[in-house]
Amino acid sequence: MPTTHNHFAFCKRAAALVLLSLLSGWARAGELHVPAVVGAGQAFLISVGGSGQGTFYLVGPDDVVKRTVSLRNDVQIQASDVRSAGRYRAILCDSSSSCTSATFDVKAAPPAHLSFFLHPSRVPVSYPDSIDATAFVFDRYFNLVLSPSTVDFRITPAGGDGFSRSSTTRYGAAWMRLGSTAHEGPVQVTAVSGNGNSSVNGNVNLEEARVIQQVAAEACHLSMKAVTSGNIVTLETDPVRDCGGNALPDGTVVSFTKIDKEGKSTVDTPIRKGVARTQFSVNGPAQISVACGVMLGNEIVVNGKNI
Amino acid sequence: MKWGLVALIATATAILVAIAWLQSGGLKQHEMVSAVTPEEAVQALMSDIQSHNFEQAYSSLDPSSNTDLSSFTGEMAGSDGSLRTYSSLQNVEVSPLHSDGNQALVRVRMNWSSAMGSVVDVRDLKVRHDGSVWRVVWPKLAATTVPPQVISVNYLRWEVLGRNTSQDWGAQDVDSPKVRITSMNAIARGGHVVILGEVENEDTVPAYLNVNATLLKADGSPIEEEGSFDLISHVLLPKQISPYRIDFPGVRMEAVKSVRMDARSLLVPASADPVIEVSDQAVGKDNLDRNVLQGKLVNLSGRPVNIAQVLATCYDNSGKVIWVSDGYVDQALMPQVPVPFAVDIPDDIAGRLKNYRVIVNHYSHSSS
Repeated sequence: MPTTHNHFAFCKRAAALVLLSLLSGWARAGELHVPAVVGAGQAFLISVGGSGQGTFYLVGPDDVVKRTVSLRNDVQIQASDVRSAGRYRAILCDSSSSCTSATFDVKAAPPAHLSFFLHPSRVPVSYPDSIDATAFVFDRYFNLVLSPSTVDFRITPAGGDGFSRSSTTRYGAAWMRLGSTAHEGPVQVTAVSGNGNSSVNGNVNLEEARVIQQVAAEACHLSMKAVTSGNIVTLETDPVRDCGGNALPDGTVVSFTKIDKEGKSTVDTPIRKGVARTQFSVNGPAQISVACGVMLGNEIVVNGKNI
Repeated sequence: MKWGLVALIATATAILVAIAWLQSGGLKQHEMVSAVTPEEAVQALMSDIQSHNFEQAYSSLDPSSNTDLSSFTGEMAGSDGSLRTYSSLQNVEVSPLHSDGNQALVRVRMNWSSAMGSVVDVRDLKVRHDGSVWRVVWPKLAATTVPPQVISVNYLRWEVLGRNTSQDWGAQDVDSPKVRITSMNAIARGGHVVILGEVENEDTVPAYLNVNATLLKADGSPIEEEGSFDLISHVLLPKQISPYRIDFPGVRMEAVKSVRMDARSLLVPASADPVIEVSDQAVGKDNLDRNVLQGKLVNLSGRPVNIAQVLATCYDNSGKVIWVSDGYVDQALMPQVPVPFAVDIPDDIAGRLKNYRVIVNHYSHSSS
């Protein structure tokens, strides 16, 4: 899996560069014929010229290989020697410490992994450009596949018709941005690289799914009603919904405030089963208001028994 | 020689015991038992309370006191895991208010040192002359009794299942709650800068949040960074609003060009209970003639709240936050039982105070 460059890898690279610069300084002897480009994890041969024994170095982005070789035979490069994509330098030194070198590139193998980021995990309904989907395409060795490929983003809302959008990767990444729909509920977004079949030209088909929760927006038309019994007034809101008719989730705090001659009383109570309710004792005329977050609801005046 | 050593050890022991007795206030207590003035009677009572000698304190009360030993001990030592149970009486200031031959009124200011800082309890005590001594009349706290009942609690609770750290890069995760600072006001008070305002949890999940402020110079370099510490409700349920206050002692307003605010939130497990009503709120004067916002807290749930903190937001006539006060309540909030509270309002703020809003932070032993 792709990892950030750790300290160990950095040290290895630094050592490789030092070795490279030292050996390049007297690189003169023998012949090396390398391919211009090979695929990651692909074994291949490097033909050499000369006689006797020599020392072969392969300096890659992540690793260095040192091998004693016969200069009469081609040098076999194992698949495991070229797993990391990037520029490699092959160096051949003969017994008189005379060296020659050549460079070649290893490009990523076909796509084999997809890393998919969907942000955020919750979003209010009807919010434009609020969802970001980004997919990174990697080969089986977790090299970023830089050659363009198509990624389909398939969006499936809980209660609506699905749709998809295609995007071509640039430098290994494909992305899209879209707004949330008008209805709350989970939305599944699936990133697909390939055509959805199990295998395409020997490539593994890639599919990663994420779920985003679309949640109700701010409360709208917040309203309560009161039932008075003696000096007790019972307050209950209508079902608390946003402007699109989506119910605010249970647990959302609704604030009731009562002002009468005793002073001010407040209760922050959570919505339960779609509504918020509380009770106040009132003494004479009382003004009662309701709010949810920064949204204000209606105000009512009740007249409790004087006590 | 042998007897001389025994005598020396016995004498030394007696001297040490005497010193210890004197140091523990024994002489003072001895004098106070025969309290010849109302102040001395109150001092003696407070001395017994300070040394947790509640039986003796109770026995020194005037017989007309309508309290009993259990209520008196519970009031002074705390009960039900309240803040008072984590407090000790640090010092006492006694001042006479009125006195005649048989009766006196004495003001006592008890400074309690608690787990949450110092808590001041001011009471005006009636003291009666009883023969040769004065005795304090201790009123019993008006305890509201709640009839036995079953309170059904279908409370809401949020639990969080985070991403498994062994999962791949880019694996599905849940985001932190979205919070928003809805107002911010920088004021100079007592020669230092205070940042205050309100913050809202705009999300549909509970948030644990911290608000930090960084004061910046004209060149953009930071002067100092501070957090709201306990002058905020750290756990906010969806759509809940909390005030915050950040003090910068030692920083003068003239040095500050701008302020950088930062509200950080975490997704945390939380419960929607308990619901606490803040009733009968009114601004008035306390016994010391200070401006206070007072009222009562009523725990509407079925479980005790051990420690409650009151946060009061003060607004001016334009709706701007001009001050945030806080105070701890040293009694536990038992279900359905009103408990009084009072928080200080500075004089200059009281003059501009147009509106206020009170919220309650709570802590219960048995909940998270």
